Amino acid sequence: MGSFASTSFPAALTVLVLVPVAGALVLLAMPRTRPDLFKPVALVASTVSAVLAVWVLAEFDAGSAAIFQYWQQYEWISGWGISWQVGVDGLSLFLVVMTALIFPLAIVGVDAEHSPKAYYAWMLVLEAGCLGTFVALDLIMFFVFFEIVLVPMYFLIGGWGHGRRAYAATKFFLFTMFGSALMLVAIVALAFLHSSGNGGDVTFDLVTIANNQLLATNTARWLFLAFALAFAVKVPLFPVHTWLPDAHTNAPTAGSVILAAVMLKLGTYGLVRFGLYLFPEASVYFAPLMITLGVIGIIYGAIAAAMQRDLKRLVAYSSVAHLGFIVIGTFALNTEGLTGGVLQMVNHGVSTGALFLLVGMIYERRHTREISELGGLQKPAPLLAAVFMVVMLSSVGLPGLNGFVGELLVLLGAFNAHRWWAVVAAAGVILAAVYLLWAYQRVFHGPASGANAEMPDLRWREGLVMAPFIAAIVFMGVYPKPVIERVEPAVDAIIAHVEDNVAGFAEPVADVHPSVSLEDLSRSTDETDHNGGSEHDGGGG
Amino acid sequence: MVTVLAQLPVQTPDVNWTGLLPVLLPAAGALVLLIARSLVPSRLMPAVLDAVWTFAVAVAGLVSVAVLWQRDADVSAFGRELVMDRLALFVTAVILGAVALAAPTLPRYCKRVGVASAELCVLILLAAAGAVVMAGAADLIVLFLGLETMSIAAYVMAALNLRRLESLEAGLKYFVLGAFSTAFLLFGIALVYGATGTTNLDGIGDYLDTYIVLRDGMLLAGLAMLLVGLGFKVAAAPFHTWAPDVYVGAPTPVTALMASAVKAAGFAALIRVFVEALGVRADDWRPAVFALACATLAVGSVLAAVQSDAKRILAYSSVSHAGFILLGVQAASDSGVASVMFYLAAYAVIAVGSFTVVGVLSGQDDDRTGLDTLAGLGARRPALALGLTILLLAQAGVPFTSGFVAKFSVIAAAVEARSYWLAVVAMVSAVVAAFAYLRVVVAMYFRDSGDEAETVAEASKPAIGLGAGAVIVAAVLLTVAMGIVPGVLESLASTAAGL
Repeated sequence: MGSFASTSFPAALTVLVLVPVAGALVLLAMPRTRPDLFKPVALVASTVSAVLAVWVLAEFDAGSAAIFQYWQQYEWISGWGISWQVGVDGLSLFLVVMTALIFPLAIVGVDAEHSPKAYYAWMLVLEAGCLGTFVALDLIMFFVFFEIVLVPMYFLIGGWGHGRRAYAATKFFLFTMFGSALMLVAIVALAFLHSSGNGGDVTFDLVTIANNQLLATNTARWLFLAFALAFAVKVPLFPVHTWLPDAHTNAPTAGSVILAAVMLKLGTYGLVRFGLYLFPEASVYFAPLMITLGVIGIIYGAIAAAMQRDLKRLVAYSSVAHLGFIVIGTFALNTEGLTGGVLQMVNHGVSTGALFLLVGMIYERRHTREISELGGLQKPAPLLAAVFMVVMLSSVGLPGLNGFVGELLVLLGAFNAHRWWAVVAAAGVILAAVYLLWAYQRVFHGPASGANAEMPDLRWREGLVMAPFIAAIVFMGVYPKPVIERVEPAVDAIIAHVEDNVAGFAEPVADVHPSVSLEDLSRSTDETDHNGGSEHDGGGG
Repeated sequence: MVTVLAQLPVQTPDVNWTGLLPVLLPAAGALVLLIARSLVPSRLMPAVLDAVWTFAVAVAGLVSVAVLWQRDADVSAFGRELVMDRLALFVTAVILGAVALAAPTLPRYCKRVGVASAELCVLILLAAAGAVVMAGAADLIVLFLGLETMSIAAYVMAALNLRRLESLEAGLKYFVLGAFSTAFLLFGIALVYGATGTTNLDGIGDYLDTYIVLRDGMLLAGLAMLLVGLGFKVAAAPFHTWAPDVYVGAPTPVTALMASAVKAAGFAALIRVFVEALGVRADDWRPAVFALACATLAVGSVLAAVQSDAKRILAYSSVSHAGFILLGVQAASDSGVASVMFYLAAYAVIAVGSFTVVGVLSGQDDDRTGLDTLAGLGARRPALALGLTILLLAQAGVPFTSGFVAKFSVIAAAVEARSYWLAVVAMVSAVVAAFAYLRVVVAMYFRDSGDEAETVAEASKPAIGLGAGAVIVAAVLLTVAMGIVPGVLESLASTAAGL
């Protein structure tokens, strides 16, 4: 990190962010009399972004994944040293691609229940906000995108949600805004202290500030806490996770998909890019705390998920558990853990996004998400059941599917850094199998009666939406190498950055019997799946 | 005796008429309107002309400000009693801009509510003239003159809705408490004069630069009283208690001007007196302003969050904005002053826009401002609801609006001055205030319309009117433009602060 590569289309990322905004403006200007056109326009705008993102992925130079590519900088508010600065490296690449791909799928897959114009406009604004957050390399620019995503999501939950939507939307907005409120103070303080440290002009340039570690240790720790609070709310980490189940449960399907797949990643991505990179010493100092919170989240989320009667709430709590893995991977502070964490960000986005889509499809057909009212859906809707099965197993972490790769790497890294926490976290893998398979069994197996027996199967459009998810799940499970080889250089650079800047810190690597630990962990995961599989068989019979 | 006096040269200060234009235009405009109204029969002069005239005078004033801004040298009039430097010109632009922005809403409003538009327009222009004098005052006495001109006009304006009891109450309350606070200000001026021997702000600064005041009890007491007097004018807690009642009771366009122009003049005076003249004694007054800012932020945002009336929410939020602006004052630096300037300009636009929306909806008696009246506005009047939403989000400090940049600038000034905790208090209170704004948004969009809301919705599909519509559109566009491209305003504000 730190130097920049140029490409044939340097404005790709800026365009990527601005296309959805343009789409939203077009939607606003369109006449109310043509409601049939709103969705196509939204789809076109988000597809253009998706194509651009894929092009960026294709042109991305894997060999120099540690440096920012497609880098671009414009002056924005020169008086305050704020610039429009974008770039992707191995950390953000797949998050950008995933975001840009999931939005068109969510737009195709879910129709607006009412007021389509506003709905699709907010979706596009949300897309721009999310993409902007992932590509921003200026602290203020990052902050404004990080903050602006609240608005469209607030309106999506409040306007198109179910149940206590106004309550959920407001809670979501205020929790997240509270988290980031202190981050703004920290950002400004960081920039001023940095400029007074080196006597230069005030700058909010991430790379410059990160590479000149000028802060006093204590100051850096305070600032890290302010940043970490903002990200912890977004992730969400225990104990600031309480907005998430409400928001997820009451959000419209597409809102839940985006919330889970993309917006939670803003927090974990922030922890890496603006936690580890900006405050290496403080990250090392607070790593035990963060890992503890992550482990609590894993166990707590899993237990809470197992107790849910609402299918959507169950998936929401499973997110709390999954995001706990990402956090412990990140703060294991070694290559395996962090690589696993970044992979899990993408994996969780794919599998939980897909899960929410599927739950939404069930809700649309049955108008209930109560697990007790569902049952035997496998018989009327075998295709839906099969897709659900694959996605759920990916979420459980079945070998051969994407979740396994990330979780294994996370646990490997965590085991090397904090052995006993990794052991506890591994129990979370088992718990995930318990609650997800149990839920699957209750919803899809057994006798189907009443409305359940007549539930229609996947329509071709829904199948088409689910296909890319399944493809990604299988591809990244079977052949994760192309992903890992783009992520790993960036991860190595971050770890090296931490090592360079923290006296006495060495990357925690396997010390005595590396092969033993690897074997242990993979075996434990296998066992989990084995158990889960047998349970499923039993239920199916 | 007479011959002796006649032989003495009479020393009149030179009057710089060009420099006085921003003051003279609104003052003369008010008099012309007053005379014309008394002489010309009303059938020859339709009521709409009052507002047109007010708008034209404000725009002319803005042009004169632009012309003076181009000149490099500070323009002073009456010796150095009134100084139209860049700071004064910036604040004048905010004041006259607010008047120009609010004027188009007046004709329809006055007709609907039954407020005499000629009187209102005359008073608005007079208040603006007083506010401009405050902005340019280089002497405590001149400051006092401007403040009284502005305040007395404002007292009357608050009580101008004769059919509404709350309006009369507002006028009385504003007047009694305002007079009380003016006494503090005057006493403070006297004490500072006693301590330094001059009322000229430059003179006070020079004196304190040159001499160390050993027994500074009198100076400090004067300083405290000045702070109380000016704190009242900007509605800083604990001197804010008049604000909510007066804001709610006053005719809505007047409330808009009180939140924008009157507040701007008050902060200009605070900067003149404290940051500029008493800058040497910053260590004495900064802790007091720190406490004032904390109290204002907390009181404004918490009480805004528990109101159930849109106008009252905006009134309390105006108090919390005053707290934010105090951050910039507390920094006691050039960048602090620049941030105050930016905030004043941004907030003036937002305030006029938001109160105009409320005024459009407020019905025959200007009292239908409860959150219930907003229920379902998103469905009834999508454009109006969107406009108010954007303005409220700007007040909450959401990015890509001027509100965010304004908050950023005061936070930056506070952090630069090492007032970290004040910045933290401000940001936390911003979250609390956001809850208040979200309640309004929830009422407009997400409230499931029950029977009651249904009937309200049936009853009123409010007519917006061309003037108010243009004002709201302009306010929203300015708010968003200043949020996306804040560089222009930022550099103007920096110039005004002498950066």
